[in-house]
Amino acid sequence: MRYKTPKIASIIEWSTLLLSTCLVCFFLLVVLWEIISKGASKLSWEFVFSVPTDGMTKGGVFTPVIGTVLLTMITALFSIPFGVSCAIYLNEYAENNWLTRTIRASIRNLSGVPSIIYGLFGLALFVQALQFGTSMLAAGLTLGLLSLPYIITTTEEALVRIPNSTREAALAIGATKFETIKDVVVPSAMPGILTGVVLTLSRAAGETAPILFTGAAFYINRSTGYLNEEFMALPYHLYMLSTQHQSIEEVRPIAYGTALVLVIVVFLMNLTAFYFRYKYRKNEN
Amino acid sequence: MRTKLSAESLNLSFGTKQVLKSINVSFNEHEITALIGPSGCGKSTLLRSFNRMHDLFSYAHIDGKLKLEELDLYDKTVPVTEIRKRIGMVFQKANPFPKSIYENIAYGLRINNLPHGKDVVEKALREAFLWEEVKDDLKMPATRLSGGQQQRLCIARAVALRPEVILMDEPCSALDPVSTLKIEELITHLKEKYTIVIVTHNMQQAQRIADKTVFMYLGEIKEEGATQDIFNFPKNEVTANYIKGQFG
Amino acid sequence: MRYKTRISLDNLFKIVFKATGLLVLALLGGIFLMLIYNSFSFFLDVRPLDFITGMEWNPTGKTPKYGMLPLILSTTLVTLGAMVIAIPLGIGTAAFIAEYASPRLKNILKPAIEMLAAIPSVVIGFLGIVVLSPRIADMADLSNGLNALNGAILLAIMALPTIITVAEDAIHAVPNTYKEASYGVGATKWQTLRKVVIPAAFPGIIAAIMLGVGRAIGETMTVLMATGNASMFPTGMFDAVKTMTATIAIEMGEVPYQTTHYYALYAIATVLFFMTLIANMLGEYFINKFRKYHAV
Repeated sequence: MRYKTPKIASIIEWSTLLLSTCLVCFFLLVVLWEIISKGASKLSWEFVFSVPTDGMTKGGVFTPVIGTVLLTMITALFSIPFGVSCAIYLNEYAENNWLTRTIRASIRNLSGVPSIIYGLFGLALFVQALQFGTSMLAAGLTLGLLSLPYIITTTEEALVRIPNSTREAALAIGATKFETIKDVVVPSAMPGILTGVVLTLSRAAGETAPILFTGAAFYINRSTGYLNEEFMALPYHLYMLSTQHQSIEEVRPIAYGTALVLVIVVFLMNLTAFYFRYKYRKNEN
Repeated sequence: MRTKLSAESLNLSFGTKQVLKSINVSFNEHEITALIGPSGCGKSTLLRSFNRMHDLFSYAHIDGKLKLEELDLYDKTVPVTEIRKRIGMVFQKANPFPKSIYENIAYGLRINNLPHGKDVVEKALREAFLWEEVKDDLKMPATRLSGGQQQRLCIARAVALRPEVILMDEPCSALDPVSTLKIEELITHLKEKYTIVIVTHNMQQAQRIADKTVFMYLGEIKEEGATQDIFNFPKNEVTANYIKGQFG
Repeated sequence: MRYKTRISLDNLFKIVFKATGLLVLALLGGIFLMLIYNSFSFFLDVRPLDFITGMEWNPTGKTPKYGMLPLILSTTLVTLGAMVIAIPLGIGTAAFIAEYASPRLKNILKPAIEMLAAIPSVVIGFLGIVVLSPRIADMADLSNGLNALNGAILLAIMALPTIITVAEDAIHAVPNTYKEASYGVGATKWQTLRKVVIPAAFPGIIAAIMLGVGRAIGETMTVLMATGNASMFPTGMFDAVKTMTATIAIEMGEVPYQTTHYYALYAIATVLFFMTLIANMLGEYFINKFRKYHAV
């Protein structure tokens, strides 16, 4: 029997690892199951495209959906040009000196700063110092700052993968450095850049803490879309419906519906990113 | 024979490491000159200093006179893009742009303010013996071409700008023998119009195509002369050992 | 384009690119200055020592109390709880993916973990309220289940993807020669994993844990929604707690700007900033150590 012991032991040990993996998957399934099974009954085009009514106890989530879409667009408009440009500087221009090392260290630290602190910074900078007030612009820019380090890191990863011979090809026919970057390097790295950008924006779209005090509103009685006004957003709407509403139990189905719409939005963006990554990998081979 | 390209007491170092030591060399018009020598002898470095590819690296330090005819290549008033237009380059590994075949040729013409119509593109592709193979797929991404075709496309891209000199850095090292022969044939053909300097590891290749051969060793030129002389009657012992294949 | 235009564009963009690089420095500097400046305004009114060691957080009382000890303890309690759950699960899962899973299974598990990472924190917090809270209440016979335990479980779920990904990379990076040597002397797969692979990957695993801790300390929405937010001195996992992030989130919406209470929230944020900074820097230190170790 002695020879069997290690075998049994290794099965037990293997099962332990398998069990922890299953448990992690179980978490994911519970999350998905709960949201999908309870939110599905609410989900319809009508729910997505009608505005909340009767103190948000009826109607849909159109206002927060529009708010989140516009907010994410502001985030993108700010963070993509700045992030990509900074990544270009780091990968194409910067020499290995103290300044570059400091910038890189800053980026790593920025990506670890809690999102609520970005919220405070947005409040101090955009809402108060620049006097944008609590507004879509202030919140969008705050999310833009939050996204910046991720966009820089992923873009640089994409640029590093472009071999030097590609740059030399353009330089050798008389292109300037800028032309080389604009016409050859960035287009070659585009799928990689897009993967990072879309993943980052999907994260920004789901963020709540940074917009808590920079412009998200409990309820808005008209269509939003003005940069200088407060707005409704899906994650904040879910937070409000589940903790702050006066009749929490009554609006629970709407909260499930909101959660499902939010998860769908985020997953769709992730799928887009996976598509780009797939294309990218295929190109590389 | 007229001297087209020359270097005079050229010293080049990367940081503290001296890579080229007092190089004096000249390349004649409408000739093919082969640069040979063991790995790390500085032949690629020498080649790249003519179209100022080392400008990219701040740690590269160059002094000496490099000239295209009477033009000082490192004169601060001469735009580097102009030099690279006049001195084209083909690299070790084919590096077409991630664009269509047509755009690969047209792009260089466009940024250099040259006419970039279909006829110009066609002419360049014909010159590189590629036109017949790609004339129906000009919109296809260049990366889908075979290795040999890609390299000929890179030659067409260089030729399209009507350079005076074409520098080639081991252009066949990544290719199969058939593609290699095709490119050698092309290179021999091109010397009627251009001055060609080619770095190669392949002794047979140097003998097949080069009019003149320069042997480099440890950053210095050990021997130069007509290809047949170098290979048949090397004066220097190191040269003799190298071409006999005793190291490299 | 004329040559001069091309060159000026080239020079212009060189400056533009560099400027955006410097903007990043300005951003971190700005965040830092904002925290320091506002904290300084706070310490004009309240002694730093009272702030750090004060046992009571009650800024709206008759005599406002700005002791942040209960908040730090709450954050610590929830984070520790989360790590007790997430570390074994995370490392176990990472080891399973790296060492046991077939390539096909990997192709399912890895996206699943990315999916878990993609779920917005507010959704996790919501599930804490509707799924976890009633079950904890039933189990422990409480009126509701919004407490430190609830927050800890949710934070564990949120930190798991980070821990799994980084730890899996570390385990995966252990050279095969180590394992072969171990098998060569007759060790089983499990013995190899425990005695060879995990020790070799240890700095990487520590990095994974530190990054997970950083994530958990800074997380706001889940704890805000699921921990009950009672600013009492926490005594156990079944107490309602109010973490540092939750305190900022709740109170910033209610305070008038530029008051002592307002500045106090920035002071909390400063402490939070340094706590996450330390966790992340430790994480990075161990990642670098791991890389250096295996670069040879």
